[in-house]
Amino acid sequence: MNATIEKPRVRLVMTDTNRDALQNKELVYKTSELNLWYGDNHALKNIDLDIYENEVTAIIGPSGCGKSTYIKTLNRMIELVPGVKTSGKIEYRGRNIFDKSYGVEELRTRVGMVFQKPNPFPKSIYENVVYGPKIHGIKDKKVLDQIVEESLKGAAIWDEVKDRLNENAFGLSGGQQQRLCIARCLAIEPDVILMDEPTSALDPISTLKVEELVQKLKKEFSIIIVTHNMQQAARISDKTAFFLNGEVIEFTNTDKIFSNPADKRTEDYITGRFG
Amino acid sequence: MSVRGKFDYDLKELQGKLLEIGSFAQEALTKSIEALETQNIELALEIMDDDAQADLMYEEINDFAILLIAKQAPVAIDLRRIIVAIKIATDIERIADYAVNIAKSTIRIGAEPLVKPIIHIKQMHMLTLEMLKLSLEAFNDEDIVKAKNVAHMDDEVDDLYGQTIRDLLHINLQNPEFLPQITQLSFICRFLERAADHVTNISEHIFYLVKGRQYDLNNS
Repeated sequence: MNATIEKPRVRLVMTDTNRDALQNKELVYKTSELNLWYGDNHALKNIDLDIYENEVTAIIGPSGCGKSTYIKTLNRMIELVPGVKTSGKIEYRGRNIFDKSYGVEELRTRVGMVFQKPNPFPKSIYENVVYGPKIHGIKDKKVLDQIVEESLKGAAIWDEVKDRLNENAFGLSGGQQQRLCIARCLAIEPDVILMDEPTSALDPISTLKVEELVQKLKKEFSIIIVTHNMQQAARISDKTAFFLNGEVIEFTNTDKIFSNPADKRTEDYITGRFG
Repeated sequence: MSVRGKFDYDLKELQGKLLEIGSFAQEALTKSIEALETQNIELALEIMDDDAQADLMYEEINDFAILLIAKQAPVAIDLRRIIVAIKIATDIERIADYAVNIAKSTIRIGAEPLVKPIIHIKQMHMLTLEMLKLSLEAFNDEDIVKAKNVAHMDDEVDDLYGQTIRDLLHINLQNPEFLPQITQLSFICRFLERAADHVTNISEHIFYLVKGRQYDLNNS
């Protein structure tokens, strides 16, 4: 589409990106000149972000800055919103996800998502986990049993639910429900897990469990997490992107962002001077 | 007051507490050289007694800083302000300790006439004191140019230290009976030289505060 871009485009040069390239880390997502409009509202402006595998990338910023919009664009869930228009490119493993030939189901099989509020299906714990694999045609009970055990173990909830797999998922606590949703996500063997404020509805202990889980999961998956909790971003992520008014203001190592950010606006936000 | 406003207020208070302990150290250092010059044992004893106040102020700064970290979970410049406050307080407390050490040496010298006028020691003292004063101003204003100048002044202190020690050794060769006093005067020179090094550390902390990275000014 033809969109007028007001500001000259400056690609953020990240020294750690160069380092990752040297370490032969694979690029998972490459976002180039991404713009997104909700009707007339220009919600994402010239986003350039490189996301590498086996890393946790945190996205922070005040409400309405575009961070949730951005991660919902990564699995094209944003297309469900009427009136959304985009320009630019998001390459996932080298393929532009906006290409007409790219099936959205295929993309979402590779890119799972966990939401702010745990959203288990009104089914048993077991059925929640096997829902995805069944859709993908797996019918063998033994295989499904194995997927359930592995996924629940992967989401660090197996020990708590292994004796009541047939009970309704709504009977679990909020923290357990969220980990079940992560298990449901793992069951389809994704490559990337998107997390949109996954702990904002959880108590501190459940939050800690999910944070520990994220640390464990990054060995196998690439994780992109939107969070309002600065300390959470500082604790669990490798890189942090600060969004403001639809722009990426700063994207660098999390250690750098939280000790000595380069941009005054980043510093003002993380130190609580606005937002 | 907003939560952020209260935090800013507390950070200002922390800064105020540092300037307070800084003033105390300046005064202790001034008194210590005055006690040496006038061989005033009473004043030397007073310096030793007063040091408990510096220790108390130092503990207060640490407790306050730890509480701020626990309550505010600070990051970036806020975190640096608190960490730097703890570090600077440590350096200032050590400077106050050197004033006590000078007082102790003064007591050990006692009423024995000084083998030579303490001109160079006084020069070292004046320079160290000026460095401390300027470093506190640089800290207050977050002024790295001033902090760098302070670090340069340390070179003069080091030169004076070398020269004074050589003079004292020379006197010792001619007057071996003054060895105990010359030893104490050498210690005093060393205490002043170390105090100036601690002021240089303060300058380095100011650089870290402003720039967010470590600088070595002691060897620059």
